[in-house]
Amino acid sequence: MGVVTPGFHGRARSGNPRLPPGQYLAEDFPVLSAGPTPRVRTETWEFTVTTEAGEKHTWNWAELMALPSEKPTVDIHCVTQWSKLDTRWRGVPVDTLVGGLGTEADYVMVHSYGGYTTNLPLADLLDGQAWIAYEYGGKPLTPEHGGPARLLVPHLYFWKSAKWVRGLELKTRDEPGFWENAGYHDYGDPWREQRYQGD
Amino acid sequence: MARTAVSGRLAWRVARLAGFRDETPTARTLVFDLPGWPGHLAGQHVDVRLTAADGYRAQRSYSLAAPADGDRVELTVQRVADGEVSEHLTGPYAVGDPVEIRGPIGGWFAWRPTDPAPVLLVAGGSGIVPLMAMIRARRAAGVRTPFKLIYSLRTPAELYYADELRTPVAGLDVTYVYTRELPEGRPGLPKRIDVATLNTAGWPAEFGASCFVCGPTGFVETVADILVALGHDPHRIRTERFGPSRD
Repeated sequence: MGVVTPGFHGRARSGNPRLPPGQYLAEDFPVLSAGPTPRVRTETWEFTVTTEAGEKHTWNWAELMALPSEKPTVDIHCVTQWSKLDTRWRGVPVDTLVGGLGTEADYVMVHSYGGYTTNLPLADLLDGQAWIAYEYGGKPLTPEHGGPARLLVPHLYFWKSAKWVRGLELKTRDEPGFWENAGYHDYGDPWREQRYQGD
Repeated sequence: MARTAVSGRLAWRVARLAGFRDETPTARTLVFDLPGWPGHLAGQHVDVRLTAADGYRAQRSYSLAAPADGDRVELTVQRVADGEVSEHLTGPYAVGDPVEIRGPIGGWFAWRPTDPAPVLLVAGGSGIVPLMAMIRARRAAGVRTPFKLIYSLRTPAELYYADELRTPVAGLDVTYVYTRELPEGRPGLPKRIDVATLNTAGWPAEFGASCFVCGPTGFVETVADILVALGHDPHRIRTERFGPSRD
């Protein structure tokens, strides 16, 4: 236990087993990003998977919409300590986009419109754990929440769920993305409170 | 993009309250003694952790309000309704009481006195805190980098750092925008920051200013969109948002 601050009691202990340590429940959906919100038109939107050999596979918006979608309902956890339970999304599983590529890569750098990047292991995007999401709460995803499409990886802190996603770069070596370069954790497991490098 | 690599573990350190100043009836600047503090850049933030006698912990992020100054660290905390941390820090928390602090965090929303580009700071409410750290860092470094601050607040009573901002500083222009209630004697009507405000009180886009925007999400979205529309390079617009939820 850390140093006790005299007179501090805190609010009622929720004991909600779905809240990772250090998180509190948010009723709204706060926004966190480092710069202006890019406005990306679906007419020009493209999504590219680049393999470690440099092969590119690209989908436009119509092609993404034509792929089978899923409607996951998931809990999300932001490193700024809010969590939101039972959020409803619609998107294409990353398995569908990456599954047939026969890659040897272990890592992925996610690229976004606007220049944002984030890194994570490829295994965390597969087996039904991640989606390219384009609807939230039954409506098209708005630009401030990452629309037209964002990555959704709900089992990691939410900065890994890159907004305005434009591609996945498959890599054999892990390299830090935008927030990771600024000291945030390379993996970001909310249940182990991996907020910053070294946590 | 400029980056600050942070290596090694961010350790929790014990900080004790050395003094405080009330900025408004609901906001308090806390000055901590924090032995071993490694220093920070203006604009960075820290995590503050409070532990109750039964081991319950609560942790929140707060912007640093002043530039690095040895073992002294300043935060300004806005009391939030039902905010378990902010209510304690702006109320019963007394001189000598410990908390734990770790940081500094965030190297993107940060201003370095060695950067010669003109600076535009746009604050919404308590979003002034990290921007005030930049104004103070400019003064502490003795540099003449031209600064403009546009500070949007609901009423004159919500003004932080009033005496300090009222004192004229060469090379720092301050513009206030009141959204609900104007100071006595000020002509016009309350309004929100708009294209005209940023066009007249900001820098022309071709000056290549570094823009720092901090405030509630909707405010930051609006200001950043206008700056982009006015021709500012999106990569020179750095934002820090706090949700409308809680501290």
